[in-house]
Amino acid sequence: MASFPKNFRFGEFVGSGIQLIFWILVIVALVGLPLIFIILFFVQLPEINGKVLTPYLFLTSILYPQIAIPVVGNLIHSTLFKVAIFPGFTYGALIAAATIFIERKFLAKMQLRVGPLYAGKIEGILQLAADGLKLISKEIIIPSGADKAIFWAAPIAYVATAAAVISLIPAAPGWVVADIDVGLLAIFAILGFFPLIALLFSWASNSKYPFIGGLRALHQMIAFEIPFILSALSVVILSGTLNLTEIVQSQIQSYWFIFFLPISAFVFYISSLAELERIPFDLPEAEAEIVAGWLTETSGMIYGLLQLGSYIKTYALAALFVVLFLGGWAGPQIFPKELIPGYSGPMIYSATAVNAIFWFTVKTFGVIMLMLLPRGISPRIRIDILLHTGWYKLIVLAFINMFVALALIYGGVLGPGGLLVR
Amino acid sequence: MTSIEEKFEESKKLGLQIVKESEEDRLMTLSVGPQHPGSGHFRFVIKVDGDYIVFCDPDPGYVHRGEEKMSEYRNIIQNIPHLERPVIHDSTNITYSYSLAVEELIGAQVPRRGQFIRAIASELNRQVYTLYWLAIYGIFLGHSTMFMWPTGDRELLIDLLEALTGARVTHAYNIPGGVRNDMPEGFKDRCLNQIRYLQKRFKEYEDIFYNNPLFRQRTEGVAILTKEDAIKLGVTGSVLRASNVPFDVRKAEPYDIYNEIDFKVQYMKTGDCFARSYVPLLDMQESCYILEQLLDKIPSSGEVRAKLQPNPKGPPGEAYRRVESGRGALGYYIVSDGTPKPYRVKISVGSFRNMLALPHLLIGKRLADMPAVYWSLNYWPVEADR
Repeated sequence: MASFPKNFRFGEFVGSGIQLIFWILVIVALVGLPLIFIILFFVQLPEINGKVLTPYLFLTSILYPQIAIPVVGNLIHSTLFKVAIFPGFTYGALIAAATIFIERKFLAKMQLRVGPLYAGKIEGILQLAADGLKLISKEIIIPSGADKAIFWAAPIAYVATAAAVISLIPAAPGWVVADIDVGLLAIFAILGFFPLIALLFSWASNSKYPFIGGLRALHQMIAFEIPFILSALSVVILSGTLNLTEIVQSQIQSYWFIFFLPISAFVFYISSLAELERIPFDLPEAEAEIVAGWLTETSGMIYGLLQLGSYIKTYALAALFVVLFLGGWAGPQIFPKELIPGYSGPMIYSATAVNAIFWFTVKTFGVIMLMLLPRGISPRIRIDILLHTGWYKLIVLAFINMFVALALIYGGVLGPGGLLVR
Repeated sequence: MTSIEEKFEESKKLGLQIVKESEEDRLMTLSVGPQHPGSGHFRFVIKVDGDYIVFCDPDPGYVHRGEEKMSEYRNIIQNIPHLERPVIHDSTNITYSYSLAVEELIGAQVPRRGQFIRAIASELNRQVYTLYWLAIYGIFLGHSTMFMWPTGDRELLIDLLEALTGARVTHAYNIPGGVRNDMPEGFKDRCLNQIRYLQKRFKEYEDIFYNNPLFRQRTEGVAILTKEDAIKLGVTGSVLRASNVPFDVRKAEPYDIYNEIDFKVQYMKTGDCFARSYVPLLDMQESCYILEQLLDKIPSSGEVRAKLQPNPKGPPGEAYRRVESGRGALGYYIVSDGTPKPYRVKISVGSFRNMLALPHLLIGKRLADMPAVYWSLNYWPVEADR
């Protein structure tokens, strides 16, 4: 016997259905269509049958879907797409989300646990979404006496600064938001903002533990900034350019720089761990000593944003490692030249680009895994040992490999017309 | 002037002060606990000059339950369940010395099999406590794997104790006159299996934690407690043994069947944080050998509990007995006035005595050393408050 509510009225059912359709139409008309037009504003519209496609004519693609293909093709080459989707913010945020999930499962397996398990049926795959929803719904508590303007601005600035690093990293040939000649220098200039934000935020919190944490962050990041830059400098010596795309090109022409500069790669890896405040260098957030360091007074989405920022930063530095030492997007061609054999219409698919993106992502995840590994096997380092490591040991190591790089250039092994240049 | 300021003045008179008077305003006062992730139910006020701690004032008492006063209003047997509350992770040992003292008062003799089972439960429970302590030491130093591994392995021992006593953590197993019930069937083999597994795991702990260069850097040579200071401050247990004093109550004043067991007192000579963190692991390894002997020598059958009168009471008098717990000597001083209720119960715990060494060790160290020094003292805040 079918069951339905006792006060069921067919008229009400139809009425609610009409209401639903009405709201869908209103939302599509007021939000959806303007959004499409705004996006189309940024896209170079193609010429079809002798006349230029206008945004109004674009709506006829509901009837003739084939005219949408060149529009989409142009869309994914527009600046808007590069900034917003790939290789910009969305791609970085997605990799950050994947990093958080992989970190939790990976660490759990290392520690004989199961990790996230319940949210989303399959191995807790939706745990991150659940956590995000929880953080959004939580109250944001601002300590009394806090500098409200900076307290609100710092998390947003943190995410924005992390995203600014992504915009300079080439994910595939031509796939970079800002392909500038001083790319590497710009990245280090942007990374220099992070200790400032940490210090401002900790100062704005008006609390003791955040203050100590902020000062620790400042000390740590400055101590590791110099070996960080020096290790990248030997790459610049080998490739002869600061442009990241050209650095990758010069690696494709010879060999990956990690084979010539293993010490630099090691120094870069250690320094990026310190830059990211990951264990064993998580002193600014050392729980047993200074509660949560400069994150002590954060709550709700302020904490969420800072975490998102730090994971986007993880992606950015891992990608930078790939670009500098692991040959960027270089890798054997594994995708077919044609997606559909025999089809010769307008194409969006490009085998080289997909291949490059695939290898870039795989390498980046490899480096991210390497960055997650110390969390399972290492305790926290002490601040004086950390500063000693940064100022004395790593700088010397970075210099050693810089001399190796100079010898390779002047010995005629690498550089223009070198022995190993193909 | 607050009381903390007065104490600061006192510490200056004792010659502990490092900063000159004119520079005092650069000190920052930090209240570590009771809401601090690195403190437990305990607070210590520290003053830092930059990164250096120049003043430390332990302030226990946040979980004071009045166990000693409560004991005066209950019968000897009724006292057992609440007396194990101060340190539930080591509940067999804290009732062990109480039972010994009461037995001395009322003149009861524990059957031989009962003595063996008591010792087995005591050794197992000390390992449970020490694994938990080790886990927290790991997370204090930021080593999350060292938190998860001992916590997981501790669970196996808890299952073993559950089979033996019927409860997971608060066993109420030792009672005056013996133990509550006999061992279950097959317990011996299960226990031996568990010991072999643990001995394997101890080597893995050494690999991942004790031999880690960063752990060594953070603990070796940090906060050295010399032999003289250790004796002067009255520390006990693993802290004392780490300072080159091979003192163990099981060896010095053997109780029950411990004089029949062959074991070494594990100690180290350096007296630094590393020694204090390593001696408990050596103790656990030694405890495994003790357990093997106990399981080998235990009589196959017999009584486990002496028959006592329904409401046991002894002649007026006093008794003091102590055992080696996870944190050191744990003694009970009981005065009886001839009634079933004790006239006075005084608990002497290792935690409180180890805590007294905290200001001595912490002053002059870095803020980053604070968790490493604090938890190496084998201190259980709830037990110190009683």
